[in-house]
Amino acid sequence: MNIIVCVKQVPDTTDVKIDPKTGTLIREGVPSIVNPDDKHALEEALRMKEKFGGKVTVLSMGPPQAEDALRECSAMGADDMVLLCDRAFAGADTWATSYTLGEAAKKIGYDLIICGREAIDGDTAQIGPQMAEHLHLPQITYVKNVETDGNKIVCERALEDGYEKIEASLPALITVIADLNKPRYPSVRGIVEAYREKKVTVWNAKDICADGTCIGMEGSPTSVKRSFAPEPKGKGEVLKGSVKEMSKQLVVKLKDKNVLR
Amino acid sequence: MEFALTKEQEMVRKTAREFAEKEIAPIAADIDERAEFPAETVRKLGALGFMGMTVPKEWGGSGMDDISYAIAVEEVSRVCASHGVTMSVCNSLVCWPLMKFGTDAQKEKYLKPVASGKVLGCFGLTEPNAGTDAGSQATVARKEGDKYIINGSKVFITNASKSDVTILFAMTDKSKGTKGISTFVVDSNTPGYSIGSIEKKMGIRASIQTELVFQDMEVPAENLLGKEGQGFKIAMATLDGGRIGIAAQALGIAQAAYEESVKYAKQREQFGKPISSFQAIQWFISDMATEIDAARLLVYKAAFDKWKGRPYTTSAAMAKYFASDVAMKATRNAIQVHGGYGFTKDYAVERFYRDAKITEIYEGTTEVQKMVIAGDLLK
Ligand SMILES: Cc1cc2nc3c(=O)[nH]c(=O)nc-3n(C[C@H](O)[C@H](O)[C@H](O)COP(=O)(O)OP(=O)(O)OC[C@H]3O[C@@H](n4cnc5c(N)ncnc54)[C@H](O)[C@@H]3O)c2cc1C
Ligand SMILES: Cc1cc2nc3c(=O)[nH]c(=O)nc-3n(C[C@H](O)[C@H](O)[C@H](O)COP(=O)(O)OP(=O)(O)OC[C@H]3O[C@@H](n4cnc5c(N)ncnc54)[C@H](O)[C@@H]3O)c2cc1C
Repeated sequence: MNIIVCVKQVPDTTDVKIDPKTGTLIREGVPSIVNPDDKHALEEALRMKEKFGGKVTVLSMGPPQAEDALRECSAMGADDMVLLCDRAFAGADTWATSYTLGEAAKKIGYDLIICGREAIDGDTAQIGPQMAEHLHLPQITYVKNVETDGNKIVCERALEDGYEKIEASLPALITVIADLNKPRYPSVRGIVEAYREKKVTVWNAKDICADGTCIGMEGSPTSVKRSFAPEPKGKGEVLKGSVKEMSKQLVVKLKDKNVLR
Repeated sequence: MEFALTKEQEMVRKTAREFAEKEIAPIAADIDERAEFPAETVRKLGALGFMGMTVPKEWGGSGMDDISYAIAVEEVSRVCASHGVTMSVCNSLVCWPLMKFGTDAQKEKYLKPVASGKVLGCFGLTEPNAGTDAGSQATVARKEGDKYIINGSKVFITNASKSDVTILFAMTDKSKGTKGISTFVVDSNTPGYSIGSIEKKMGIRASIQTELVFQDMEVPAENLLGKEGQGFKIAMATLDGGRIGIAAQALGIAQAAYEESVKYAKQREQFGKPISSFQAIQWFISDMATEIDAARLLVYKAAFDKWKGRPYTTSAAMAKYFASDVAMKATRNAIQVHGGYGFTKDYAVERFYRDAKITEIYEGTTEVQKMVIAGDLLK
């Protein structure tokens, strides 16, 4: 069973700051980590490999330093590392990113693609579903449990108040949530191999035969108009008096704020 | 000269820290209180390759460098010094001499299982009357045909009752003094091998030390490690490396004491402001940070010397001497920063203080480190 795990390198913080002038994420001084959901994706892939054999490839699109994220995954047990790195990929929105990842996936070959549910910096949770669309694959999102016999997968898909049980034939794409498993730690030997013995395969736009109009800024139907850090919330106000008085005050305030007319 | 870790070393630190914080931190206070050996987390550390880090892959280890090893012991000891010594003994006192002096058959049978984390090992040198004076071995190995008959006892042996493999020192020829000592690698299930009483200790309570007693224990001649009479040299060479592990343990304890102090000083208020605003407290913090940094440089330097194949007897002795002293001072002052609360078991600094003391004692007391350093400088 050949599995591709999509891995994003993200800043190690859940409250990323945005530069008010440029509208981009401030990444300086923030250490980078493997996107947390993606470690669960990798763990599941490694377990499947242990059961069915085959190969686990970790795939990332990003700047050269995203290599570190791939090496960490390799230290955990991934066999191959592929980094998509090209200036032409820059400025990609989720649509262009998922196209690019999809083209690379075609070149690698797969029975199953596993993505994290969402990245802690971008937060869109769109990459997995869009990749599946690009590749015309069945997709199951929010997966909290997977079973497979190597030909099909049966997943529990988390909902707010329960879960759906969904079966899909392979090849397929799933996006996974943290409840799925507990990711393993890299082993010391894995670290040695990841850094001294294994190589990261780096592909540019030409290597994956990408259509130039589908990648990077040009391939992105959306563009960022403005990014901003939300204003901190003001202090809450406690109303006093009898229930009747408080209700009256509340109605006035809500009208003030145009919540009621 | 460059003061930066390699990416690989950073990854080791990150992994060891994550493991220690997630797996060990939740149990550290409890296993200390109950003096319980943490078999499960020790097994997990072994499975991840932390018990034979620098042993080459073909012998079950990971082929990692010595600085990474020091970093791993430091990070684990930052959370629990008991796990730290368990690791240090397996890596430095068991795997290293087997790798350095063992035959291929000995490596296959004894090194592989320890280095790959399947079993633990221990190092039996100290006896009731042979502590600092390790040369006065009363344990005797008498050769009879193709085996040795060993009688005697050891004390304070770390991991002993949990080990499958013992690196054992015994007199093969008393007339030759220290040149009459030999080293054996012994299966713990050998008839005549028995475990004595367990030490009750003030610190590193979740590590285990016991007596070992040997009564007419028959050990095959092929289990002689190195040559007959080479034992004292093997012991001293092994302890040179062991000291890097213990220095790293001391460093981790000191680092933990420092971090707890910073956290507490910012949050505890007296006279209407955080105690961190008082210069007296600030000076504790700056002293700790400065000394810990100096200790870290000495520890990594010693590990670097070893990794590069340079002489490291003196740098390792300096690292252990200094780092253990820093650990004592940092933990003592960490309690001071915490005031009365630091004296209670509600705060981890109480444990750090008790744990720090042993680093001045085992694998050569501080006095011994100074003797080693002076011996080198004045020769
Ligand atoms: C409108 C818009 C415009 C943008 N413009 C820019 C821009 O100009 N410059 C810029 O640098 N970024 C830009 N981005 C950010 C970038 O496109 C997204 O970060 C990226 O597409 C991934 O989306 P996400 O972080 O929301 O991931 P999600 O969809 O939340 O991630 C889900 C999963 O997809 C996989 N995944 C996501 N990203 C990658 C990746 N790069 N490699 C491998 N696997 C991955 C992982 O498995 C992850 O867990 C833009 C984003 C948007 C929405
Ligand atoms: C928790 C723990 C774990 C241990 N683990 C192991 C282990 O795994 N394997 C093992 O073999 N041993 C182990 N030991 C033993 C340890 O290495 C010895 O305790 C240590 O070497 C000191 O020996 P001693 O206790 O006999 O003290 P002594 O040698 O009796 O020393 C007493 C004091 O005299 C000083 N002193 C002695 N000789 C001199 C001198 N010539 N000049 C100046 N001062 C001197 C010492 O520095 C010390 O201050 C362990 C001990 C403990 C407490």
